[in-house]
Amino acid sequence: MYATRTRQARPEPFAVHIGIGERLGLAHMDWPLTIAAVGLVVFSVFTLGQATQNDVPGSPHYYLDRQAIYAVLGIVGMLLATRIDYSRFRELRVGIYTFLCASVSLVFVFGFAARGSRRAFELPFFSFQPSELGKLLLVLALAGFVIDGARRGSAVQRTVRYLCLGLAPAALVFLQPDLGTSMVFVVATLAVMYFGGVPWTHFAVIGGALVALIALVLVVAPAVGTPILKGYQLERLTSFLHSNEHEDGAGYQQNQSKVAIGSGEFTGRGDKATQTRLDFVPERHTDFIFAVIGERYGFVGAAFVLSLYALLFWRALRITTLSKNSYGTLVAGGIAVALLFQTFVNVGMNLGIMPITGIPLPLMSYGGSSVVATFLAIGVLQSINVQAHLSQRGRFAW
Amino acid sequence: MYLRNGDRPRGSRLSLRVAVLGGVAVALFAVLFFRLWNLQVLDGDKYLAEAKNNRTREFKVIAPRGDILDREGNVIVDNRTSLALQLNTEKLPEEPAEEKAVLARLGELAHMSLTKVRKAIREGEEVAAGAPVTLRQDVGFYLVAYIEEHQREFPGVSVQRVFVRHYPDGTLAAHVLGNVSEIDEEELKEVRYKNLEPGDEVGKAGVEYSYDRFLRGQPGLQKVQVNALGQPTPGGQLVSKSPTPGENLKLTIDPEVQVAGESALASQGLPGGFITMNVHNGQILGLGSFPTYDPSELIHPTQAQVNALYRNESAPLTDRTVEGLYPTGSTFKLITATAALENGVITPNTVIDDPGQLCLGEECFHNAEGAAYGPLTLVPALEVSDDVFFYTLGLKMWNTNELQDWAHKLGIGRPTGIDIPVGTDGLLPTKQWRDQLFKEGETERPWSAGDNIQLATGQGDLQTNPLQMAVAYAALGNGGTIVTPHLGMEVEDAAGRVLKEFDPKPRRKIHIDSGTRSVIMEGLHDAAQGPGGTSEPVFGSFPIPVAGKTGTAERPGHADQSWYCILAPYPNPRIVTCVTIEEGGFGAQAAAPAAHTILEAYFHDQIAAESREAGEGSEGAEESGETETG
Repeated sequence: MYATRTRQARPEPFAVHIGIGERLGLAHMDWPLTIAAVGLVVFSVFTLGQATQNDVPGSPHYYLDRQAIYAVLGIVGMLLATRIDYSRFRELRVGIYTFLCASVSLVFVFGFAARGSRRAFELPFFSFQPSELGKLLLVLALAGFVIDGARRGSAVQRTVRYLCLGLAPAALVFLQPDLGTSMVFVVATLAVMYFGGVPWTHFAVIGGALVALIALVLVVAPAVGTPILKGYQLERLTSFLHSNEHEDGAGYQQNQSKVAIGSGEFTGRGDKATQTRLDFVPERHTDFIFAVIGERYGFVGAAFVLSLYALLFWRALRITTLSKNSYGTLVAGGIAVALLFQTFVNVGMNLGIMPITGIPLPLMSYGGSSVVATFLAIGVLQSINVQAHLSQRGRFAW
Repeated sequence: MYLRNGDRPRGSRLSLRVAVLGGVAVALFAVLFFRLWNLQVLDGDKYLAEAKNNRTREFKVIAPRGDILDREGNVIVDNRTSLALQLNTEKLPEEPAEEKAVLARLGELAHMSLTKVRKAIREGEEVAAGAPVTLRQDVGFYLVAYIEEHQREFPGVSVQRVFVRHYPDGTLAAHVLGNVSEIDEEELKEVRYKNLEPGDEVGKAGVEYSYDRFLRGQPGLQKVQVNALGQPTPGGQLVSKSPTPGENLKLTIDPEVQVAGESALASQGLPGGFITMNVHNGQILGLGSFPTYDPSELIHPTQAQVNALYRNESAPLTDRTVEGLYPTGSTFKLITATAALENGVITPNTVIDDPGQLCLGEECFHNAEGAAYGPLTLVPALEVSDDVFFYTLGLKMWNTNELQDWAHKLGIGRPTGIDIPVGTDGLLPTKQWRDQLFKEGETERPWSAGDNIQLATGQGDLQTNPLQMAVAYAALGNGGTIVTPHLGMEVEDAAGRVLKEFDPKPRRKIHIDSGTRSVIMEGLHDAAQGPGGTSEPVFGSFPIPVAGKTGTAERPGHADQSWYCILAPYPNPRIVTCVTIEEGGFGAQAAAPAAHTILEAYFHDQIAAESREAGEGSEGAEESGETETG
């Protein structure tokens, strides 16, 4: 039933012609969502082209070319995902979950190490980072488990089961170690649970436990001499609270990012940008690309980018309400919250109000895995939207 | 409504959850926008200032200037490295008291009083605003180490390894070389210094100036990321471009000729100048002026050195050979004789009677020392330097401009095209020039026969120098080519590969009848080596046949100025040498002996060979004399 096309059932007195848009499944795509996503990646390619000309000696378009290819791959992937009925993923949940856990585990064996952590496989054209795609896979699988197990066990048992299912891959990613992505996994898990109707009281308990955990990790464990986080992780997480004291370490980076963004003022410094052009801001093509935008294009450019994210999130949240079934609601909710979380944490990190966690800015940060995986997630959102239209539900829009 | 499936979650309402999440999202975006506005718009100028402040330091890596070599490849100028204590005044504390404290500490370290430090800064800012001020050259390593260890106490202070021009031979060829010093504000605006910055060094005179673009290298650049304290951060080297050293310049200067000429002038102890030049291609083998100076003193001169050089009455910085403004005395007769023969005023056989004076109305022009040679033709007139003979020629041509035409053709009072900067081209007095002055009321009389009579013997208003005379003599010597005198021969890279050769085309060719040439050459030869020749006492026994002319110029307010111009070997000369010595008396007294010293140096090998042969027998000497002239 899910995959059935019910076009013929729709009262369409005039339309007989099936256009190319229909054939490609473009007709019922959410166009504001598409525009926001494509706009962001185009702006990313544009920014990388301008800001990274001197990064790779002898190859001024290194990042530009690659990001453009990833963007095209991502857009194609999005269109393909749009055409697939997402509801099939619910049936495949066990397979997806197994693949997820296997892929994030295999990097321990086959992955290559970058800066002390094993996160990715080295493929001929780019390095594939399973945890990026894992965010989407986790949402797809977990939403299936939630829908499926909705009547088994008590509310508490269900909550514990969801948490365990979500936290297992999160723990694997945390051990890579990739603190930022594991946090996204946790947040996505909570989001699926949230849309799955887990009682507010359970969230209160989980919240309390999180606060206790944070206190344990950041304060108690180091104090008693059994640190859980690595030193640099701890320093990054806390440095934003007192950035001026760490002129040389993690706080230095964040301070540089803040200076970069601030120096862009209202209209930006363009090619006169120094902070992000001269290497003061590290990782400027990935985690700190927002600082590049802030410095080069000023408040105008940065606010424009933020607005696109707001548009993106609004449309994603809207799709949760349009979905023809609960599975779609849970999937859309998980994706929407994961995107919101990544955007807020990354931009907040650039602005010096969130800790440095190594979370890329969706669709903006350079990187094939992230760009393609994000587009696939947006394709799933589109699929939910398309299916909703095709099933003639959700015709009342906000 | 829309979750009608049986799997709808129990106990919660989706719309509430969506609304709560929407509210959270709005709050989060609001935080980001607010923070962004705060950073960029409200505090933007503060962060912009911080970004501009001291995030990178660009260290310019100075390129060494090319060496200057003589024609045999000996180094005349190279570089030595020196550690210079430099201060970037922009990095000084703004608080006057703090600034004073820093400067005082610095002064103590550099053995300078606070007043001296401030004065050095002021002077440095005048020369090149914005460039680091060099407080002291040649500081020791202990100081470098101290400053690096105490960087916080000395904001803006750095020690840089700089290249300083080094002159192994001291003052040798100082006027040819010119000097090097920091570029000034006016020069920075010139096109030829397009990519230079304050603090860069450029040639200020001589070949250092004219070949600056070859000698000057391209500085390298090293950008280093620094933290707020101005200390390089680890691994923070951003861009680095290695400097390209300047190319080496090989001059046409012959070291033996140059040394001989300079020592000949110095031994006279009087101001003067000399030039020795190849008559065929204009290569200058030796060029000097006395008194001279040490170019190294001009790199960072002290006030005392500036006074000594610039306010000195004997003007050691002036190159008398190329910029002197002198009457030439009888050395000019070569030009008068050429003009008279070429215009048919006389023939080689024309006899002119010399009763000892030429009277023009009440004004009489006498021979020097009251001599009277009676009737004579051109060759003996040149030999004994008979003035009345040439007065007569001047008189015959006084209203025709023929003499001026030939002097002009031969380059008197005109740019020579020499490849070092020249401030003045001298003056060739003409009827037109004086009549114009008279019309403007600048002089009390128009052009008269007397003026031309004076000019015919190199007196009166004539203002020229050894360089122009050498070019004129060379033209007679080579049969009519006005060569371009030049000092630059080749540009080489550090490995000695020739990158560029300089062989400037002649300025022009003029037609001099070969008969005219040989008659005048004969006269000059007799003057130098004939029995009654004016410089026979000096050159009579010189083993190489030569053709030379003395000159004794009268300068108002000065004792007579000694001149000598000589072409050698006779009759087909290779080189010309002109010497002038202010207040040196007769030509044969000062200038001719100096020229003799120079020619001895130039023909050194030949003379040595001949004296060896002369030791074997007198016949051998004659034979070799024959071969020389060929």
